[in-house]
Amino acid sequence: MSDHIDNKGTRMGMWFFLYTEIMLFGGLFVLYAAYFHRYTKDFIIAGNETMLVLGTLNTAILLVSSFAVAAAVKAMGRNSSKAVIVLLSITIFLGLAFLFNKYIEWSRDFTHGYYPGSAKMLDGPKGQSIFFALYFTLTGLHALHVFIGTTVLGTCIVLTVKKRITATRMNFLENTGLFWHLVDIIWIFLFPLFYLLL
Amino acid sequence: MAAEQSFYHTPSSPRHTGFTAWLLTTDHKRIGLMYGAVILCYFLVGMTLGLLMRTELMSVNHKIVSAQTYNALFTLHGVIMIFIFIIPGMPTIFGNFFMPIQIGAEDVIFPRLNLMTFYLFVIGGILAIVSLFAMGPPDTGWTFYVPFSISTHTGVTLTVFAVFVLGVSSMLTGINFITTIHRCRAKGMGWMQIPLFTWTIYSTAWVQVLATPVIGITMLLILVERVFGVGLLDPSKGGDPLMYQHLFWMYSHPAVYIMILPGMGIISEIFPVFSRKPIFGYRSIVAAGMGIATIGSLVWAHHMFVSGISDEAVLVFSFFTFIVAVPSAVKVFNWVSTMYGGSIDFKPPLFFALWFIFLFTIGGLTGLVQGAAGQNVHIHDTHWVVGHFHFVMFGGSGFALIAGLHYWWPKMFGRMYDYKKAFIGGYMLVVGFMMHYFPMFILGLEGMPRRYYTYLPRYWAWNFFEGIGGYIMVAGIILIFVNLFLSFRNPPTAPADPWGGTTLEWSIPSPPPLKNFTREPIVASYPYDFSEQARKLKEGGTDVTT
Repeated sequence: MSDHIDNKGTRMGMWFFLYTEIMLFGGLFVLYAAYFHRYTKDFIIAGNETMLVLGTLNTAILLVSSFAVAAAVKAMGRNSSKAVIVLLSITIFLGLAFLFNKYIEWSRDFTHGYYPGSAKMLDGPKGQSIFFALYFTLTGLHALHVFIGTTVLGTCIVLTVKKRITATRMNFLENTGLFWHLVDIIWIFLFPLFYLLL
Repeated sequence: MAAEQSFYHTPSSPRHTGFTAWLLTTDHKRIGLMYGAVILCYFLVGMTLGLLMRTELMSVNHKIVSAQTYNALFTLHGVIMIFIFIIPGMPTIFGNFFMPIQIGAEDVIFPRLNLMTFYLFVIGGILAIVSLFAMGPPDTGWTFYVPFSISTHTGVTLTVFAVFVLGVSSMLTGINFITTIHRCRAKGMGWMQIPLFTWTIYSTAWVQVLATPVIGITMLLILVERVFGVGLLDPSKGGDPLMYQHLFWMYSHPAVYIMILPGMGIISEIFPVFSRKPIFGYRSIVAAGMGIATIGSLVWAHHMFVSGISDEAVLVFSFFTFIVAVPSAVKVFNWVSTMYGGSIDFKPPLFFALWFIFLFTIGGLTGLVQGAAGQNVHIHDTHWVVGHFHFVMFGGSGFALIAGLHYWWPKMFGRMYDYKKAFIGGYMLVVGFMMHYFPMFILGLEGMPRRYYTYLPRYWAWNFFEGIGGYIMVAGIILIFVNLFLSFRNPPTAPADPWGGTTLEWSIPSPPPLKNFTREPIVASYPYDFSEQARKLKEGGTDVTT
């Protein structure tokens, strides 16, 4: 049994891991729901201060990157490792672009005093401070996942070059793809909650 | 099979010898035993801390530790016993060792991940110890309630990070076990052929996978709060401490079932074997296990009845608390009914299993007293609660663990232990246990609060009595473990099936060979069929195992 790899089992384990990730973020989404219920008006005011343009751009970036990684998995199935390397590089580049946008966005937030503990937030209504606390915690945890994701994608490229990932042994690549899609879908929920709806 | 072929003599990878054969092994049996060694060390530390507390409480006026030290003592006793001993204990030791064997597999599905979770566990444990010395021992209690935990100057930051790491380890173990049970079962082993211990490991693993991430994020929130001060849990910045309690108990109540479910599995294995009779209601035990795991996830706020939640919420959570007692009671009836009309073989494993039922029932019923919304207000945060959860956790999980050790010891080490010392140690443990924990119910009803390092003089007599019980109990535990370890002086001649068991682990040599099975395991269509044993018994010979 140890000689061959159980593909279905490996994928199943990955799905269980994705459940745990959803539960991890789930705790914070519960906090969001509870505080939104309590500070609805403050949330609406504070929600207008986030940068919709950058948020939308980042959504587009992640969606395209998700396509790229899915295409990479398909390409590996057809055994064309060159296409895989190109597509994974695109994914990583987009992931880094996402993080760069986050950096710009956060620096703007900091200079304008939109962070918990700033004089503006301490004097202002508590609901707005809580909104930004959630904003930084949730998008921060998500950005951490993007960072981890790009690192793992980088590992995929190295393994593909070394022929350790092939059309017959592509569990690692597939599971990395699944992880990247999870990172993407979490953003799909964060985007309306912090940028679009409020 | 000669003893030289046991897994002790064959490293999982021929490249490693000596110490590295253990430290770098991917063999589930070796990993289970390594967990056992580490957990035993922490258990002894936790026990010593507990005894120190009770010694302190034996006198009203003579103080051996300061109030601050006492706070650190109960915090560490809780953190070590909960997060390092009971939660990981049975799943990692017995789950690792026996679950793959019971389903007829060579190993778990992700052996290297298994080793990694062991090291995460070790790192988490070390971080918890380091947090003692780095910034002063934490003094929040094992619950880390905010706002105190975000404002105290002790080393809470490191402690919560340690809990986070331990949580990741537990979660990955859960993933590994679920996937293994889904994918690695031997041919012929359908879901209704799985032994009950493995079934409980399965439901436990689900709770680990679904609930542990919540404690992970909660601990990270404390960390973020302490480092960046974002204010999500800080009332001065608009946060609500109640949210912390909700998140904390969303994990920590289901965690109670992580602690008890594998114990119930062990008990379900022991009763049929020592009654020589099929387990009463196999399917209902399976269903009850999954039921406990499901309903147990919906009762968390019964820890918060006096924290200021709404009356409606109190009503709902109180209701579910009563409901969750039903599947537990179903199991108790199943175990007792299994004995009815059986041929009882009174050996140490059964002895401990019977005490499990007695103590766990007291613990369960007193839990219902707390679960009732009205009484809860009166006994909340008193010694009643301390008594209740020690009856459930120690009288329940602890006794199940001891019963499991006595049941599987011959299989794990290939050696038999002395029954007489096991019985004496067991009686000491039980007498000490009752003297130690039962008076807590009385003290609680009289209003003695928990977590105080001193008390009113009128509580003295019971506290002194409890202290004596504590020492008898510890002496019993030490005798039990000394007796088990003395077995290493015996020759490694334990038979493959010393008790007449029917599950797969008894069909292979003791101790098992590296890949568990030397030939394809034969799976019975019903795991608790004792007809073969009965036939041997009729053919003459009093011992079914020969």
